Amino acid sequence: MAAKSIISRPVYGTLSPQPGKHHLFIADAEGALAISDMAAKAPAGFFDGAEIDFIPGPDNKHVATLKALKPAQFHLAPSFASLLPRLKQTLGNAHMGLRLYLAGTEGLIGQAMQVALEAGIDHTSIQTEHRGSLARRMQCVHCKGITENVTTQPAACSHCGLLLLVRDHYSRRLAAFQGVCINAEDRSEIPPIEEAFP
Amino acid sequence: MGITFRKETFRDDFTFRNSPEHIRRFPFPFHEDAYMYAVNIEPHVVGPKGSVLENLIDVDEHYVAEMQDRALVLAEDPLRCQSLPHMTLAGWDLLELLMEQQALGYPEHFTLTRDGDRWRWINRPLGIDDTFTFGDTSTLPYGPMEYITRQSQGDFCILDQRDGNLWMDAGMVTTQADWSLDFDIGMNFFEWHAPVPLAHEKGIFTRALKFLTNIQQGKPARRLNWTMTINPRLDTSPENYHKWGPDRTTVTPENVGDKVHLRVELQSFWRLPRSNGIVFPIRCYLIKMDELVTQPKWARRLHRVIRDLPEELATYKGLTRYRPTLVEWLSKLDDGSATSPGFGPD
Repeated sequence: MAAKSIISRPVYGTLSPQPGKHHLFIADAEGALAISDMAAKAPAGFFDGAEIDFIPGPDNKHVATLKALKPAQFHLAPSFASLLPRLKQTLGNAHMGLRLYLAGTEGLIGQAMQVALEAGIDHTSIQTEHRGSLARRMQCVHCKGITENVTTQPAACSHCGLLLLVRDHYSRRLAAFQGVCINAEDRSEIPPIEEAFP
Repeated sequence: MGITFRKETFRDDFTFRNSPEHIRRFPFPFHEDAYMYAVNIEPHVVGPKGSVLENLIDVDEHYVAEMQDRALVLAEDPLRCQSLPHMTLAGWDLLELLMEQQALGYPEHFTLTRDGDRWRWINRPLGIDDTFTFGDTSTLPYGPMEYITRQSQGDFCILDQRDGNLWMDAGMVTTQADWSLDFDIGMNFFEWHAPVPLAHEKGIFTRALKFLTNIQQGKPARRLNWTMTINPRLDTSPENYHKWGPDRTTVTPENVGDKVHLRVELQSFWRLPRSNGIVFPIRCYLIKMDELVTQPKWARRLHRVIRDLPEELATYKGLTRYRPTLVEWLSKLDDGSATSPGFGPD
């Protein structure tokens, strides 16, 4: 779990079973383990009304672990982008009382929360647990392009190429950290690029 | 007698200047020889004639040029003006407030006449004479917030009040001191202030939020904030930081007086009647060092404030690179004698 820094930086918790009949889980990679850990504390029959949408990592791990929970619906998606249309429909059609659980990388949690906010779900009602990579989703404040899976500090914008300081300042609306040119005042200053968000 | 509006620029050749009368009325933000954050909020009431507080919404000699600069910024980057869908009513509230205040303070320049919902707005400095239906967005060339803030000096943030917090849900922000409306829109009071150092630990924002959520209609409040800017550039946005940032490397002992500007924000806070939102105008005043030091008290005091500023604040305000040059230059104008209490020049 990432260290706490400034107030706009999201703070994640530990998934816990919420009261209710309908539960939607969105997870990627190591996030599967947050679900299986939570399942150990869940009452019998908890997953009878649950849907799990899972984006496995490149090694395809944890699929069997999640299937073993026997959720009412289980969906494997190759990427968040491919999951998006389904997720929008599910949240758009959801009744009051649907419980949402997000687990995995910050990028996954942030993007799923962005869709949930657009569907009118209050962010404080959403269960989140960070697992796996600390890689960040970053918006370049200059060109507005989003760079996915940023692991270094500073990091180059994948759109305009400026070298950006990856700030802790975070926008839920954009599901992104802010990137600001690190050598704007003197472009000849090239700070060392270090692995900061492994 | 009306205001003589200056023809000047805030970019490229930077012809912005203050007239001698405007130097005297500059809202110098330091009441003592040191600076630290405080909840320096006070009632926004009318002040002395000839000061920037003579009217609650101040219009000055830079009005026309500032509005031209705003139009240039918006043409380059329309994202500087945004309003979330639930904020249209608050936009009408703001339109009413700014039209009333500008017409009240400067009748020779602005006239508002109302016949029920049919309103006629005359803005002589900008050559505008529009008749529209209050509340009907289709009768204006822009949304109500954009329409009136293209005709009003300063940035404007409209805050929605809910869940005991204030949410930055609309704004016109083209003269900002390095924060992005596009990034911060939709954030609550604590979130958009998150990057400010030291103040959270001092409980500043908790107390400020408590104060602001209790602001009543007809009883606005205000505070001053400040930073420094190289060249009289209004658009010091993070969006364009890679374009204006290099200015900070151009300060030399020879050009300090012309290039370095004190930038003061007169922030005011007003409850809006229909939407129950809060509008937060951030009015920016610039003064170059050569102009500021014509008032010896201000020269002495600014020297002491900048010299003794905590390092975190100097970094946050972006002064690090040129602070030594500035302090050295100002030190020659500080004979060590006492300064009188209060903001004003002697």
